[in-house]
Amino acid sequence: MTAVAADRRAGGMADFYRTVMRTAVIEQFQYRAANYAYMVGMITEPVIYLVVWSTVARAQGGAVEGITPGEFAAYYIVWTLVRNMNIVFTPYGWEQRIREGHLSAMLLRPVHPIHYDLAFFAGWKFVVIVLWLPLAAVLSLVFRPTFAITPLEAVVFTVAIWGAYLIRSFMLWVLGMVTFWTTRVSALYELYFTAELLLSGRLVPLVLMPTWVLAVSNVLPFRWTFGFPIEVLAGDLAPRELLVGLAVQVLWVALGAALVAGVWRLGIARYAAVGN
Amino acid sequence: MREPLRPLRLAWTFFRISALNELQYRVNFFLQLVQSLVAVATALAVLALVFSHTAQLGGWSRDELLAVLGVHILMGGVIRAVIQPNMQRLIDDVRQGTLDYALTKPADAQLLASTREFRIWQGVDVLVGAVVLAVAAVRVEAAVGIWSALGFAVALLLGAILVYCFWLALTIGAFWIVRMEFIVELFDGVYQAGRWPVTIYPGWLRIGFTFLVPIAFAVTLPAEGVTGRLDGATLAGAAAFTAALLAFTRWLWRTGLRRYAGASA
Repeated sequence: MTAVAADRRAGGMADFYRTVMRTAVIEQFQYRAANYAYMVGMITEPVIYLVVWSTVARAQGGAVEGITPGEFAAYYIVWTLVRNMNIVFTPYGWEQRIREGHLSAMLLRPVHPIHYDLAFFAGWKFVVIVLWLPLAAVLSLVFRPTFAITPLEAVVFTVAIWGAYLIRSFMLWVLGMVTFWTTRVSALYELYFTAELLLSGRLVPLVLMPTWVLAVSNVLPFRWTFGFPIEVLAGDLAPRELLVGLAVQVLWVALGAALVAGVWRLGIARYAAVGN
Repeated sequence: MREPLRPLRLAWTFFRISALNELQYRVNFFLQLVQSLVAVATALAVLALVFSHTAQLGGWSRDELLAVLGVHILMGGVIRAVIQPNMQRLIDDVRQGTLDYALTKPADAQLLASTREFRIWQGVDVLVGAVVLAVAAVRVEAAVGIWSALGFAVALLLGAILVYCFWLALTIGAFWIVRMEFIVELFDGVYQAGRWPVTIYPGWLRIGFTFLVPIAFAVTLPAEGVTGRLDGATLAGAAAFTAALLAFTRWLWRTGLRRYAGASA
């Protein structure tokens, strides 16, 4: 490929992303009421964790493992944004894609179907972030979080939530593609999401976990999509830890992309669905 | 009505029909069992985690919280097996106008609308919850006497009725607002709060979880029965609240029904 052709291809891809993202913003903004109802419903989960751990902290004389109720509040308020960044195309959607032949139509396009998912959900995130701001304000008024954010932390956080978004998109795509081989996947998904709940920092800041759990979570992707971005903003990580965290995210993005490419190539060879 | 037991017989007949229908799909039992066991294992891990950092939570010990967990799972099973399926069908019927079929039958429409569907496999959670509860009851220091067992049973029944009233009141909203599907998800989210005793929540949340969404009555109160914390006055208060809410839902049902236009037009 000549340099000019490569340039043109990159430009076309950027155009594709821009267009799909803009479509997602316009489409999802129409459903702002439904989007909001969904986000409000999502808030009960972190509020429950926050209340439980604040109670424990107070019973222990003000802090658990050095975390005060104010810091728990900060953790679980940032949690709500990171949780929203973690919403990507669901693996449960793959069954419908394959059974109803949507995938056939996607195959006719000249770009790999993952680009559409990545662009669409990324566009949606901008709507979600706008809707999230007032919610965060209300939660902050009620639960009084303590924040100490440095400029570096703010920058790293802005990058890390998109790293988290990419990693989780790739992982759930790989998980979803299992549907190429079998449609009895609900038990597998259940196990995956349970492991994620326990090992990502979604349930509780990972420092509260036993040390062996912490060690396991370091070598799995879950923590880098959830606990790490939250701790960047709500925790007190050293600059070195921030950069190491970003480096691990880059590794997982690369690994995830390679996995998606590999499993896709194997899976698509088995694909034989109806078209329409 | 000439026969006082007719409503019960009717409900029993519906239950038998649903059970026979679902018994055809036996693999679903094992799928449900796996799901329930994963959920219980996760909940136990969370409990262990909390109590690795503290000896008691808002005055509740680990074994007492196990009792709360047991009641939560058990009541969740009742809700998903009996209450939720009927209410979901009612929402669909109102939207599609097919409630006509229930209204034209020679029996009380509220009774019919509340007993048409049973998901017996969801009832697996009732068994799992009962096992957790039994383990908790053995481990709690206070001996469970005949009175506290009775108090527990009454509290559980009142709790189930209250959750039913709450769900029905929300569902009746479908007569005014047609799109009500989102309440299922909303209720599931809020119900998770019941895994912990309501006493640990800050004041305004506790009031909400007691009177707006009756989690306190549905889960915490029966658990107090098992752990020997329940007194007669509280139980009498819960009974009075249940009676009042039943009467209110009945009135709301009649009012809502007048808004129903039906499909035959």
